[in-house]
Amino acid sequence: MVDKIMVDNIIKRSPLDGFKPLNSKNVKLTEQRFLSKLQLRGDINDKKFTDAVAAIIGIELPKEPCHFNISKDYQACWMAHDEWLILASEDQQQILMDKFYKSLSDDNIHASITDVSDYYVMLSLLGNNAMDILTKATPLDLHSSQFNKGMCSNIIFAKATIFLMQVDNKPSAYNIMIRWSMADYLWDYLCDGAREFG
Amino acid sequence: MKQINRLMAGGRIDRNKTINFTFDGKKYQGYAGDTLASALLANDVKLIGRSFKYHRPRGIMSAGAEETNAYMHIGEGGRFEPNCRATQTILVEGMVCESQNRWPNLRWDISAINDVFSRFLPSGFYYKTFMWPKSLWMTYERIIRAAAGMGKPPKLADQDTYAQQFAHCDVLVAGGGAAGLAAALTAGRSGARVIIAEQDSEFGGSLLYENHKIDGKPAMAWVDAVVAELRAMPEVKMLKYTTIAGYYDYNFLTALERVSDHLPPNDDNIKPRQRFWKIRAKQVILAQGAFERPMVFGDNDRPGVMLASSLRHYINRYAVLPGKKTIVFCNNDSAYLTALAVFLAGGDVEIVDIREKSDSDIDNDMVKKIRNLGIKIHSNMAVIKACGQYRVTGVEICQLSSDGKLLIGDKQVIKCDIIAMSSGWNPTVSLYSQARGKLRYDKKLTSFIPDNCQWDNYSIGKSNGNFNLADILTEGYKAGKDAAVAAGMENTITAPKKHIASFVDNSLSRQIWCIPSGYQLGEKVKHFHEFQNDATAADIYLAAREGYQSVEHLKRYTTTGMGNDQGKTSNVNAIAIMSEARKIDVEDVGTTTFRPPFTPVTFGAVAGQNVNDLFIPARKTAIHQSHLDHGAIFEDVGDWKRARYFPQNGEDMYQAVQRECLAVRQSVGMLDASTLGKIDLKGRDAAKLLNMLYTNSWSKLGINKCRYGLMLNEHGMIFDDGVTTCIGENHYHMTTTTGGAARVLGWIEEWLQTEWPDAEVYATSVTEQWAVIALNGQNAKALLMELCDDINFDSDDFPFMSMRQGHVGGVKANIYRISFTGELAYEINIPARYGKYIWDKLIAHGKFHDLSLYGTEAMHVLRAEKGFIIVGQDTDGTATPMDVNMDWIVSKKKDDFIGKRSFTRSDTSRAGRKQLVGLLTIDPEIILMEGAYAVEKPLPQPPMDMIGYVTSSYMSPIMGRSIALAMIKDGFNRMGDVIDIAMMDGKFHKALITGSVFFDKKGERSHG
Repeated sequence: MVDKIMVDNIIKRSPLDGFKPLNSKNVKLTEQRFLSKLQLRGDINDKKFTDAVAAIIGIELPKEPCHFNISKDYQACWMAHDEWLILASEDQQQILMDKFYKSLSDDNIHASITDVSDYYVMLSLLGNNAMDILTKATPLDLHSSQFNKGMCSNIIFAKATIFLMQVDNKPSAYNIMIRWSMADYLWDYLCDGAREFG
Repeated sequence: MKQINRLMAGGRIDRNKTINFTFDGKKYQGYAGDTLASALLANDVKLIGRSFKYHRPRGIMSAGAEETNAYMHIGEGGRFEPNCRATQTILVEGMVCESQNRWPNLRWDISAINDVFSRFLPSGFYYKTFMWPKSLWMTYERIIRAAAGMGKPPKLADQDTYAQQFAHCDVLVAGGGAAGLAAALTAGRSGARVIIAEQDSEFGGSLLYENHKIDGKPAMAWVDAVVAELRAMPEVKMLKYTTIAGYYDYNFLTALERVSDHLPPNDDNIKPRQRFWKIRAKQVILAQGAFERPMVFGDNDRPGVMLASSLRHYINRYAVLPGKKTIVFCNNDSAYLTALAVFLAGGDVEIVDIREKSDSDIDNDMVKKIRNLGIKIHSNMAVIKACGQYRVTGVEICQLSSDGKLLIGDKQVIKCDIIAMSSGWNPTVSLYSQARGKLRYDKKLTSFIPDNCQWDNYSIGKSNGNFNLADILTEGYKAGKDAAVAAGMENTITAPKKHIASFVDNSLSRQIWCIPSGYQLGEKVKHFHEFQNDATAADIYLAAREGYQSVEHLKRYTTTGMGNDQGKTSNVNAIAIMSEARKIDVEDVGTTTFRPPFTPVTFGAVAGQNVNDLFIPARKTAIHQSHLDHGAIFEDVGDWKRARYFPQNGEDMYQAVQRECLAVRQSVGMLDASTLGKIDLKGRDAAKLLNMLYTNSWSKLGINKCRYGLMLNEHGMIFDDGVTTCIGENHYHMTTTTGGAARVLGWIEEWLQTEWPDAEVYATSVTEQWAVIALNGQNAKALLMELCDDINFDSDDFPFMSMRQGHVGGVKANIYRISFTGELAYEINIPARYGKYIWDKLIAHGKFHDLSLYGTEAMHVLRAEKGFIIVGQDTDGTATPMDVNMDWIVSKKKDDFIGKRSFTRSDTSRAGRKQLVGLLTIDPEIILMEGAYAVEKPLPQPPMDMIGYVTSSYMSPIMGRSIALAMIKDGFNRMGDVIDIAMMDGKFHKALITGSVFFDKKGERSHG
């Protein structure tokens, strides 16, 4: 088993392999490699569905738009009225997929669960100027009165679409999810935007 | 080197910091705090540029954004910029400046001959003079454009970096003068999110140079206190060097912040040079101030003619008195402050006032003071002409008739080197007008002020026609409070109580829009109302005579207001003179609309970070790095970079593609197909949905079975295609074209949300989850079997058009046995993270199976050999399945599918439509041009009867000849006909119409 994991770590690649993390006084940028990401669709008013989900991840699906619920192991983000993103630590996706698939099929629930772990790449941006760097290219109002810890949103960033989550305040910390194919673009854009903040 | 016009004391400059700069190659010095204009004036540089059309000598006219003349080339090489306003350019050590629009030099400008022959160059002259012969217009235009230069474009790429910034606020204040600061203060005190933008290097507006008092103290003490309080507010953002450039719908505004233009260039580029702000404001406060109006009199453009307030600005703020003797020519009291400033600076000054009586009723004190100082006031007199050419040498003054149309009595000449003019004030309504706010003519002010606007904004202070400082402060406090409350703040703010402040009434004026000179207008002297574009009062009369009477026609005909100063000083004068020409009231002439930007914005700032590699995202597949390692040449497919071909040993594209094609046909080739769109469909009604989306039937597709489908739009036209596989109960994996991925997902969502909301099916994009490796060719099976031991590749067990799950190279994979080449083929889907690993592993093992990499170009050839269409290449949104000979895929049994009803439209079902056929050139070496027209009968020149066009054309190595696909009218009935194809070079090639499948017509190879 150990061998298998070691081999796996050698053969799997992220589009950001070889990109140097930013680690300055005011800005830190890193990749959260191979986070497990599942896209869940279902009816929030269907108790069978919400119960089945809660039984697997131990947290409620957020009903409130642009919010996420989080536990030690899982994060459930609102993406649309019938769509959520479930995040878990590295390499949990297949185990989770199997659980969801089984649970949702067993009860004949109208829902879908899709593994998008490799579709997207997750970055972490934090520091005193994290917000300033994001707002260079995203029209979303990230002022603390409008966007805060526990909130998330799909939004454009320059010429890409990102899924932005604020995971902490003071200083602001964000997780940013982007398509695999555009990860280097976002990374370079953020680094370029960070230059003036030292 | 000496700054001869610099006063010994005073001003907001730092005499300890000398700054060196050059103008037209000559060295000068200024001080920190100078603008380029103030430094030039300090050095007695009067001649600053040549005018746009007549190339007349011009000098600095203003001290701000309204400048019409002092446009400069600044910087060198990658930091060269044309059309910089010297009046707003902060002097920087080492600055290199050059005058514009002159050749060979400023003093001897050859095009100044235009001034001598100006009677042949009236407004609109180029439309009249250069129309014949028509064929030469392009030549004329180039010469006219060069002569009417607006500066040179930069020759090198911009060396600086730029940034953009989105911002949101409750209250945006445009302008950091008295009114703006007062408004920001009360808004800020409410706790509202406030942005206050000031274009200058300091807050204060006109208080920076007016010696006004507020509550008995210098006004700047009030400014300093307010600025300090605002700075301490966490929700208030104070932007200096920042011009609000554009005001768009729903209170969206843009601003240009000159972040480091006031610093010497720094090659590390750590700070951006400029930042372009995009601001969404709940409430907008417009406190832009006002522009002084020039007097329109004879030769009023001579270097040394300035706006009265600008002269006072140079004296009081920069300690520069740019002349020995000043004539203040005015019709209102505000200009008297300039006379006072000149006098106090030690200059000689006289006042020429059009009014019969200059003593205003309210502020007798100041006029008395002027008289007591011994300053001569020529009341009821006008300057009718400025003397001098390269600089003002004097004025001719004369009394005017009571209607202001005629001269009375004798002219008198006074020597002077500065003329400070004021014909009143125009509120700056640029942003208000940009926001489509309507203006109203104020008779007392003789200018236009804001009337009503659809967006939430407040015009205050001078930009609202309020010129009384105490009232301006009160108005500002109120607007700031009102705006904060309107933005949702609590109404608990207390505004400071009313101040006592200096007051100069400038409303008591005698307005004469065009001062007579004693000659017919347009003769001997020129009355400029529009300095930048060289338009005179005579041009307005000409426009009126020729019928260009509407204000919009006037603008285009005379080009007034069309320079990059946007007619800040000329608009009202132009409208008023037109009203006189037409003998109607000013308000009946109408106004033009100001357009963004308020002052020019650099392209660099608009582009921001979006340059070079960040210009557009280049989407790369998980295998991209391997393609680079193998020398791939890429092509852009949408935003994707796809490997187009892999040249070896110096091959060109043709050679590489021929080799790659043969490799697929003869052994095995490998293609990165990861960019194909992929959609996961899940739910009880998934098959129903597929039945609607595709033309064929999906009800009986078994698990692990694949099927090709054609998607139509409502018009029955092909809009996407791809293979969809049933991967589980009520669970499908759909593929789309690379370019159609987003469109198809949007299409599905639209139908589900608008037409079939009850359908139990979810569509989720999985495009980038999977890396897709297409192995094509007879050796594919053997190669794959080396890396996969848990799938039975026997054709009976794993037939064509089916899917199996297993492991490839130890990685869990979905293998689809589908083919876009007609060969035995497998598409290996693995999670993207393993894409490169498996690809490289296949290359390593492929050595023993004669594996070649191939790119999209070979893919195109291979599929064309089989007659497989590419949606968007062989179809263009006007082709039905029947048109491309695919009626076999259109179900006759299904009740409905999207597009079906359109097949009954007469045009869709008629005979003789353009149909997809094969073309074989008679000369097999000829490769037809894609897009080339097929004609019924070649003629020496167009028009010819066009019967269709070539959609795909290649050299097919396996066929040993060229092949092409084409849409030809009634093509199916014309098999065997020979038609002519017109090429770009005028030649025609004969081609035989055939079926669209060229190779392996029975389709046996894909079955293995």
